[in-house]
Amino acid sequence: MLNFLGALGRYFLQKISSLGRSFVMLINVLLVKPDFKRNTLLLINEVYFVGVQSVIIILVSGLFIGMVLGLQGFNILKDFMATGSLGTLVALSIIRELGPVVAALLYAGRAGSALTAEIGQLKASEQLSALEMMAVDPLHRVIAPRFWGGVISLPLLSLLFAVIGIYGGKLVGVDWLGLDEGIFWSGMQSSVDIFDDVIPMAVKSFVFAVVCTWIALFNGYDCKPTSAGISAATTSTVVQSSLSVLGLDFILTALMF
Amino acid sequence: MKYLKAEILVGFFVFASIIAAAVMSLKIAGLVLNGSSAFYTLHAKFDNIGSLKLRAPVKIGGVTVGRISKIYLDDKNLIPVVDMEIDSSCSSLSNESKASIQTAGIIGEQYVSITPGFYDEESGSEYMKDGDYFTDTGSALVLEDLIGKFLYSAGSDAQEEKKKSE
Repeated sequence: MLNFLGALGRYFLQKISSLGRSFVMLINVLLVKPDFKRNTLLLINEVYFVGVQSVIIILVSGLFIGMVLGLQGFNILKDFMATGSLGTLVALSIIRELGPVVAALLYAGRAGSALTAEIGQLKASEQLSALEMMAVDPLHRVIAPRFWGGVISLPLLSLLFAVIGIYGGKLVGVDWLGLDEGIFWSGMQSSVDIFDDVIPMAVKSFVFAVVCTWIALFNGYDCKPTSAGISAATTSTVVQSSLSVLGLDFILTALMF
Repeated sequence: MKYLKAEILVGFFVFASIIAAAVMSLKIAGLVLNGSSAFYTLHAKFDNIGSLKLRAPVKIGGVTVGRISKIYLDDKNLIPVVDMEIDSSCSSLSNESKASIQTAGIIGEQYVSITPGFYDEESGSEYMKDGDYFTDTGSALVLEDLIGKFLYSAGSDAQEEKKKSE
């Protein structure tokens, strides 16, 4: 019994202390004094690595999700003689939910895991310690540009995802299934509002970007410096980011809509 | 000046995102950029606006010429008032025009349809200007009311027939 309690207590304390360390890391990253002259290139490299290289996967999955929504929506709305609402259905479901959430999930899988593995490898080969030996703060040089790169990239990726998804829905509904183009767009325009729908999407996406990048960076920064440790950290990055994105999505939806 | 490949690609990424944002706001959310000067506002009082929503289209013969900008209750007599922004290119509306609330399809969205009236200077008709009220309006059809009326009239018909047969 005492063993059980001891194990439970140790587990709990470990979790709490890693949560605490992650907050310390986040605060340090946020409070790093920006040095635009020297760090712009680092930031651009990270936006390239995290954002530009994810564009293809985001565009392809956005297109297909939009097309599937268009097809399913058309078949269901047909039963109610309401195919005119297809534009509304596709646009609202992509802008409000699917865009930010699926983009964040793809981002966590595509970029988050890579960030964790990269930083874990830097730690395992003691390059982070080497930086500290040279009086270079690894939070400043390694973590902060990656954090800001992720925070900049994911909202832009969600935006691309949403636009291409809506065009995918239009491709299926209008060009293949013969819905009237004017009805498709006008229904969408009268129901999508820039302040009620698009701004909340940007807010969601920004929150997901902060959370996913933070989780990825912390798991890499805090991993056991072994190959097994890196693989465990990568796994937990994907699991934790996906779960927190889905959970936070519910909370944000409840708060904003 | 020579740029890195990464810089060019990031520039392309950001540029694509800006275009996406523009498409999102203009094409998808239907944001209209030209200022308020390109519109004039007309008011219309309806007995019942049904489920008319803000930003619903205002159409003449099916062509969208404006949007609903405000829906509120008149303080004194508690009649719903609808404000609509009409594109100023559509300025020759006679004051005998009629505004009515119609539905696109059976469960489609509701919109305001304007039926242009005759313009005849001798009988004193004028073009509507900013802030004018429609004198002739048609309320939204409420399906439940229609069904109620139909049932009522069917019931009274049946009663009359009963009386006749007696």
